[in-house]
Amino acid sequence: MTKPSKKYACARAKRFIYDDEHQIKKRKKIIAAGRIAVAVLIFAGWEFFTHIGLMDPYYWSCPSAILETTWEQLAHGSLSGDIAYTSASAVIGFVTGTLFGAVLGLSFWWSKAYAGISEPFLIVFNALPKLALGPVLVIMFGIGFFSKAVLAFLMTVVTTAIYAYGGVKSVDPAMETLLYSLGARRWQVFTKIVVPSSLPWIISSLRVNIALALAGSIVGEFISSEHGVGRMVIYAGTILDINLVWVGVFVLSVLSVVMYFCVVLLEKFLSRHFVRMNGQG
Amino acid sequence: MIKPYKIKVEGVSKTFTSGGKVFPALDDVNLTVEDGKFVSIIGPSGCGKSTMFNIIAGLTPPTGGDVFADGESIAGRAGYVGYMLQKDMLLPWRNILDNIILGLEVRGVPRKKAVGRALPLIEKYGLKGFEKHYPDELSGGMRQRAALLRTLLYDRDIMLLDEPFGALDAQTRLLMQNWLLEIWRDFGKTILFVTHDIDEAIYLADEIYVFTKRPGKIKAKIEVPIKRPRSAGDMTTPEFAGLKSTLLKLLFSASPDGAETAGGDEID
Repeated sequence: MTKPSKKYACARAKRFIYDDEHQIKKRKKIIAAGRIAVAVLIFAGWEFFTHIGLMDPYYWSCPSAILETTWEQLAHGSLSGDIAYTSASAVIGFVTGTLFGAVLGLSFWWSKAYAGISEPFLIVFNALPKLALGPVLVIMFGIGFFSKAVLAFLMTVVTTAIYAYGGVKSVDPAMETLLYSLGARRWQVFTKIVVPSSLPWIISSLRVNIALALAGSIVGEFISSEHGVGRMVIYAGTILDINLVWVGVFVLSVLSVVMYFCVVLLEKFLSRHFVRMNGQG
Repeated sequence: MIKPYKIKVEGVSKTFTSGGKVFPALDDVNLTVEDGKFVSIIGPSGCGKSTMFNIIAGLTPPTGGDVFADGESIAGRAGYVGYMLQKDMLLPWRNILDNIILGLEVRGVPRKKAVGRALPLIEKYGLKGFEKHYPDELSGGMRQRAALLRTLLYDRDIMLLDEPFGALDAQTRLLMQNWLLEIWRDFGKTILFVTHDIDEAIYLADEIYVFTKRPGKIKAKIEVPIKRPRSAGDMTTPEFAGLKSTLLKLLFSASPDGAETAGGDEID
């Protein structure tokens, strides 16, 4: 009597393990399907409600019209040029702002007095709504490309500096001691300990920065510009072409998502090649 | 100079100020170590052993006294001795090979040359195949090996080891002790070794210095006459037990300032 029941228990246990793996797979499928379903539902609902008149198509446009206009603008209008213009100022601001901010934040390691003096200014400048500086920047740097890049730069530089300074503050002093015990000079401690151990902090500022940089570029274009998706949105608003406003919003969303994923890839690349924290596999 | 010495700590004292009060950490410490000797240092927690190492390593200047190595004063001169800190302090973003050559890198030795010197050591001392691994992939014993090889490759005649095996389990610890003795025999370094473990102190050393509790002073110097090469079996001989009981008495005897026993804590 005991033998078959034992066999049965074994079989059950096996099936449980199998079920476990199976369930994880199943759950993943459900999540993916659910996400697609929600997206479809939103767009279908939008389309449907504007068609039956429950949502006023004048304000809301509709997905099909937005896609159609986007396509038209891409094929015949200046949209592709505008996308390139906006992305370029955002990316330039992002890269320069991140690099400069990282250097600034890391520089605080060199002198506690210098860091102490700078810290409150950093905090104030971080709290300052930099977008409000937009009009000044446009007057200073003109309505061209440069003022947008500067605004994107200002949006990212302080955040990165604060992140990098956080990294500097969390450097393990014992690691510095180790280097000094090996007869290292300060710049060697800086390059061999401070920079690599602050790198994860700098990297974690990237995701925030790309969104901030794009916002800077768009607002810069809002204020005054001859090109760019932001300018297109403002222009469409003033001529009451709401469909075109929606196109702008749609394009900027896609741009933002694309940039975000590029940054995630960059982050993965940097982490794999330059960073290895304790406890990570 | 009566005897040729490798390293001499002469009348070293150290005080720290905190909250306007002065705390003596070391008080008139004298020790002389001959070339190629293995010296253990034991004492209660917080007796200033690590402070003394920091002074010998040139990381902290002494308040009084001086440290000599090969006839020269080395107080305040970092990089003259090899120093292995309590924690292995392997840099997590460097693989084992790059960690081991760190000291040579700091000294400006070209990478190719440094690697050329590191690889035979890695092979001989049990880290072969782990060169490209990162510290978080290694066990505690392996990490300590890497840290010790880093100190060894830094190639100084004098090595200071501050409780290097404190965090290891008993069996790994014994393996590491034998491994360290092997390295010491192969390279003829002068080693100063701080430990809390009396067995470890006796098993490894030629001479043992016993510190008092804070402010740290040298209470006694004990010679270890056990013949080399030593093996784990030596730890059960009556001779070993006799030394151990002497040391225990020294460590736990009433200190001059009261009846309190010292040496209770495991960690500094």
